Amino acid sequence: MRYLPLTPAERADMLRTIGAGSVDELFVDVPPEARLPGPIAGLPGHASEMAVERHMTRLAADNLSATQAPFFLGAGAYRHHIPASVDHLIQRGEFLTAYTPYQPEIAQGTLQVLFEFQTQVARLFGTDVANASMYDGSTACWEAIAMAGRITRRKTAVLSGGLHPHYTATATTMARFTGDQLATSLPELSATPDDSAVIAAIDGETSCVVVQYPDVLGRIPDLAAIAAAAQSQGALVIAVVTEPVALGLIEAPGKLGADIVVGEGQSLGVGLQFGGPYLGLFGCREKFVRQMPGRLAGQTVDADGKRGFVLTLSTREQHIRREKATSNICTNSGLCALAFSIHMTLLGGDGLARLARINHARARATAEALAKVPGVSVLNDAYVNEFTVTLPRDARDVVRELADYGVLGGVSLGRLYPEASGLHNALLVTATETTSDEDIHALATILEAILVDTHEGAPT
Amino acid sequence: MTTYYTKDHEWIAVDGNTGTVGITDYAQSQLGDITFVELPPEGSAVKQGDAPCVVDSVKAASDVYAPVSGTVSDVNDALADAPELVNTDAESGGWLFRVTLADAGELGALMDRAAYDDYVKGL
Repeated sequence: MRYLPLTPAERADMLRTIGAGSVDELFVDVPPEARLPGPIAGLPGHASEMAVERHMTRLAADNLSATQAPFFLGAGAYRHHIPASVDHLIQRGEFLTAYTPYQPEIAQGTLQVLFEFQTQVARLFGTDVANASMYDGSTACWEAIAMAGRITRRKTAVLSGGLHPHYTATATTMARFTGDQLATSLPELSATPDDSAVIAAIDGETSCVVVQYPDVLGRIPDLAAIAAAAQSQGALVIAVVTEPVALGLIEAPGKLGADIVVGEGQSLGVGLQFGGPYLGLFGCREKFVRQMPGRLAGQTVDADGKRGFVLTLSTREQHIRREKATSNICTNSGLCALAFSIHMTLLGGDGLARLARINHARARATAEALAKVPGVSVLNDAYVNEFTVTLPRDARDVVRELADYGVLGGVSLGRLYPEASGLHNALLVTATETTSDEDIHALATILEAILVDTHEGAPT
Repeated sequence: MTTYYTKDHEWIAVDGNTGTVGITDYAQSQLGDITFVELPPEGSAVKQGDAPCVVDSVKAASDVYAPVSGTVSDVNDALADAPELVNTDAESGGWLFRVTLADAGELGALMDRAAYDDYVKGL
């Protein structure tokens, strides 16, 4: 069977029709430095399936994966225990689809799941409404900034220094094409978040302030104070939650005055998955629902008066509004939303609160153990399951050395902020319900050994 | 007061320097049940041919174009709770917004009732 059914003659015909001289000409918009000049040098030729499998297995054995090691990484992606029933249920034929329903009303079960998902997200965030999900946390964050611009008819957004730098980078990329102005800053290595700097940056031109909660260093901003300051200037507050489990312990952002709440739903049901696909969460006040991006499942009654589900307010969407749609997003992360919803259902409200308390207890145990290591100090006044420590030298090197001893010790701020050398001695450490006493002991003792004598060298 | 019509099925009733804008009864009958009207902010400037207003129906979301240039002086707040007024009373109680005319000369490009009725018959 041929995978590429076009003949060279047909290709030439198509190129002639659109006025291109060659297939390569179709890629001239890609910057040259991002293009390969030709085939990748040194790639081996064909091999049998068995040989390829053996080769790849050997390569994979060089990895140190999250499941194999004491693991303290977070910074926007979290290792949690996912009950086996989640994977079992999402694979049922009635549910298994990666995409949004395109003939929605014949898929009543899918729509009902999305409706339940929205209810869960709205309750978790403390918002009136939530949509059927976005691609991931960072794109949801940008969509919220764009939405605030539509509502306030202002073009300047204030992004807190506590916002995850990848989220800031995503917004910066998008703003290049929309003309929005973004006021960004770096986080300060202080025990409390930079609330006063955020508040000082708000003026009568500000469309919104974007505040991560808890912030990228694990600190917990005073959302209510920021919301009061924003409201007095007619600006909206966007709260960004990268760790939804934290909301089992701290007040929902919507209850503290956030107008739009977005987040990354990966923590519940989805898993680390090498970085994706993930799940964007999006909630807001009901009065803004028509400016909301994405799909919305609604509950209704059919001609016989029976309960049914529909996709509602679709007139905001691209397939109807074309270039005037609220967003180019006409889809949702169907399968990830389903996994989130099943995990959340298994936990329930009390279960989520208990999970968050366990996470916090594990993080406290980790922080207490690290605080005893000479040269290490815990930065945060407050945190849920993620906090920052400062080390006597570059944390990126320390993380590398810990990995050589089989411990994945955290995310160095040098990795997140390569340009900001003032942050390079700081390490972001996360503990969850998966963190055992042995894991904590391994991290603390190996870190101490590395810091006591850095000349001993890595093990062979 | 004189009322003018556009090819995009807006009407504008002009009284002195103020024009009241809505969509025609023909337009509402084509759109079906109106579910929401997005109105322009009061005080905003509009140019002839801009789309400062959107009418959502069960079938589609449709832009409403400004028949003339000017400044929005008033909007029909009743539509927030009762968008169906655009269906039941398109050319009176279902008005959308009022505009202070910047250039009354622009009205010359619009149709009168008889011309508009002929135009609709030809569609």
